[in-house]
Amino acid sequence: MALCIKHSRNVVNGLKHTMGLLRMINRSASLTHFQNVEITAPVAHDFNNPAVSFNGLLFPCRFESTEAQKHCDTDDREVLDFPGGKVALTPEMRFISESSPDCTPCYRVLDDNGRLIGSGNYVQVSEEVSVKIYNDMVTLQTMDTIFYEAQRQGRISFYVTTMGEEAINIASAAALTLDDIVFPQYREPGVLIWRGFTLEEFANQCFGNKADYGKGRQMPIHYGSNKLNYFTVSSTIATQIPHAVGAAYSLKMDKKDACAVTYFGDGGTSEGDFHAALNFAAVLEAPVVFICRNNGWAISTPTSDQFRSDGAVVRGRAYGVRSIRVDGNDALAVYSAVHAARKMAINEHRPILIEALTYRVGHHSTSDDSTKYRPVDEIEWWRLAQDPVSRFRKWIESNGWWSSDAESELRSSVRKQLLHAIQVAEKVEKPPVADLFSDVYDVTPSNLYEQEKLLRENIERHPQDYPPDVPL
Amino acid sequence: MATGLRRLVSFGISNGREFSTNCSNVVKQSGKSLNLYSAINQALRIALETDPRAYVFGEDVGFGGVFRCTTGLADRFGKKRVFNTPLCEQGIVGFGIGLAAMGNRAIAEIQFADYIFPAFDQIVNEAAKFRYRSGNQFNCGGLTIRAPYGAVGHGGHYHSQSPEAFFCHVPGIKVVIPRSPQQAKGLLLSCIRDPNPVVFFEPKWLYRLAVEEVPEHDYMLPLSEAEVIRQGSDITLVGWGAQLSILEKACLDAEKEGISCELIDLKTLVPWDKETVEASVRKTGKLLISHEAPVTGGFGAEISASIVERCFLRLEAPIARVCGLDTPFPLVFEPFYMPTKNKILDAIKSTVNY
Repeated sequence: MALCIKHSRNVVNGLKHTMGLLRMINRSASLTHFQNVEITAPVAHDFNNPAVSFNGLLFPCRFESTEAQKHCDTDDREVLDFPGGKVALTPEMRFISESSPDCTPCYRVLDDNGRLIGSGNYVQVSEEVSVKIYNDMVTLQTMDTIFYEAQRQGRISFYVTTMGEEAINIASAAALTLDDIVFPQYREPGVLIWRGFTLEEFANQCFGNKADYGKGRQMPIHYGSNKLNYFTVSSTIATQIPHAVGAAYSLKMDKKDACAVTYFGDGGTSEGDFHAALNFAAVLEAPVVFICRNNGWAISTPTSDQFRSDGAVVRGRAYGVRSIRVDGNDALAVYSAVHAARKMAINEHRPILIEALTYRVGHHSTSDDSTKYRPVDEIEWWRLAQDPVSRFRKWIESNGWWSSDAESELRSSVRKQLLHAIQVAEKVEKPPVADLFSDVYDVTPSNLYEQEKLLRENIERHPQDYPPDVPL
Repeated sequence: MATGLRRLVSFGISNGREFSTNCSNVVKQSGKSLNLYSAINQALRIALETDPRAYVFGEDVGFGGVFRCTTGLADRFGKKRVFNTPLCEQGIVGFGIGLAAMGNRAIAEIQFADYIFPAFDQIVNEAAKFRYRSGNQFNCGGLTIRAPYGAVGHGGHYHSQSPEAFFCHVPGIKVVIPRSPQQAKGLLLSCIRDPNPVVFFEPKWLYRLAVEEVPEHDYMLPLSEAEVIRQGSDITLVGWGAQLSILEKACLDAEKEGISCELIDLKTLVPWDKETVEASVRKTGKLLISHEAPVTGGFGAEISASIVERCFLRLEAPIARVCGLDTPFPLVFEPFYMPTKNKILDAIKSTVNY
């Protein structure tokens, strides 16, 4: 990935931003054949292949006891039974390269114009599901536009858009079932849209009113829904990833037909929690799907300053986790990869890592101006030429499932619903002061009763110090 | 991570530290004579037996743990419910939060409290806020984090620390420290079954050293309730965990000099039982707090401040704190660093004679 980005930067600079990261990757990807998406265990056929023996032998040959370390000959190679597996010995001093000569190819189903690429394999999606995917991508796009504006008008305090990542959001959610437990980062509200979280519910959270399930305790965009199996967002980076492993372990023990799914960004893969989680998931054989949204930017930090590996996808193998790189702006590719990953995770009790390559078209948040650290035309190129929503629209249109009439009706109806939701949420009163003290523990301890009493006395004496719209 | 652990444990037996047997009120039924690690083991066994959704995991837990607290559990309950994890504390706690959030009792072992800090973010930002930030839609109340803490005679910097104060500063978790085998079993079962995440520090010095009758049945001791384990009238002494036995020796010596000490085991540090301490100080007019952790910013400071707020006019002398020094925990200098019996005795005398 580091390599890819360096190349793409050169290209971007050299060709005045006429090309971008994904195009570059796509060029290398087109050299490979997509038919070979293997869903078999990657080690099974590698036994007699000395070239892959280091990678391949560890798991199948693992021994419970490490007592006996003996030399033995397998085929023509000398093998030593180390704790953990038989390893071939070699007289050659050869360091493993820090990278493979080529970037890991990126799985893609639809080209830039929404046409199916060659005879690649992908999971068929019905008209109904396709139209809902599109519908929800448009809803997400529109919600971002309107909430972003609401923040700019000072009506909500903060917002984070998902622009450019609509396909990852919606198509991944579409490939899951409602029983799958989601541990989000914060740029995946589309999963909630897919699962039926209403625009009113989004607005209530962003306005921190008394209908907000989080009782006004967290900043806007920190959604959560017990009913929809979507754990409440926290601002901390990557901390949710090991939670997903614990939840997945529980699903496995309960023999549920469900997996845990967790989302995070390219920056999140640098946190210890990411590494801890992948390793735990592999060792504990947890049915969890890790979805990395590699959008190129962690606030202002480009991936070239984030890691030197070929993106996140290659980390999978290091931990014994099966992985795939997918074009995150291609809804069909995301859907197919997540669908396959989910099945493998549940049926084979194993974690899967998906790296979805994309681009963060919006600023990091409303507190950020990304034009300070990246060229405007790079952003524009991604926004216009690589928009996942219009790419998918072209595909459903070519199937005769969508029309411009449907398009204008959808956009205006979603817009109306959103404006209404905001107007209503804005008027709903704030949660009462009592909610400041509840839920710290299951039962409020005496020190909090004492503090609440003191606070209320103070409010009575100095009501002007406190926001008038919070009920006492 | 467990360098020299077994050495630590065997050394602990011969260190001459005695254990307080004055735990009066607990379960009166007689039981088998057990040391503290066996009492922990028994609590874990009962937790696993009584709840099929209970899990025990951590580094080296599978073979019984470096302190033997999980001995026999994997054999009995299977390797799916009692298992080793990779050597990664943030992973252990993060995994435990997810497991607990699905309605399980996740009992995580951190091999030493000294090594809990990689998990600090998971404890502070995740476990502690899980219920609050979701408006009670989700909770990880089934999570209990066990960790051996405190001095052991030769543990140096990284096998001796008492980090309880860090965790007492975090609303949303409970912090519990037992003083004896009987207490350990009953309190641990309460922690495991409490619907809030709990950090449970086990005094490793007492693992083998402390022996008392422990009822074999399933019993729980209340959290957030301190216990007056020795009645007195001249001064109140407050402590927790292994320090109780030192405080008790100081009480006995003080008694010989005609000073009557009231001794309180706080047991739960957060949320703590101010009322019991307050009532005692109202009676004695004097307070001494003792803990192994460094004095500055230690939990003794919190107790002291709270009692001054509540008993200012009743106090007859400054509140005394006899604690660890403000240095890293030193190896050779451990006997100098520690809040010893005679340091306590001197402080008792100067407070009473103020």
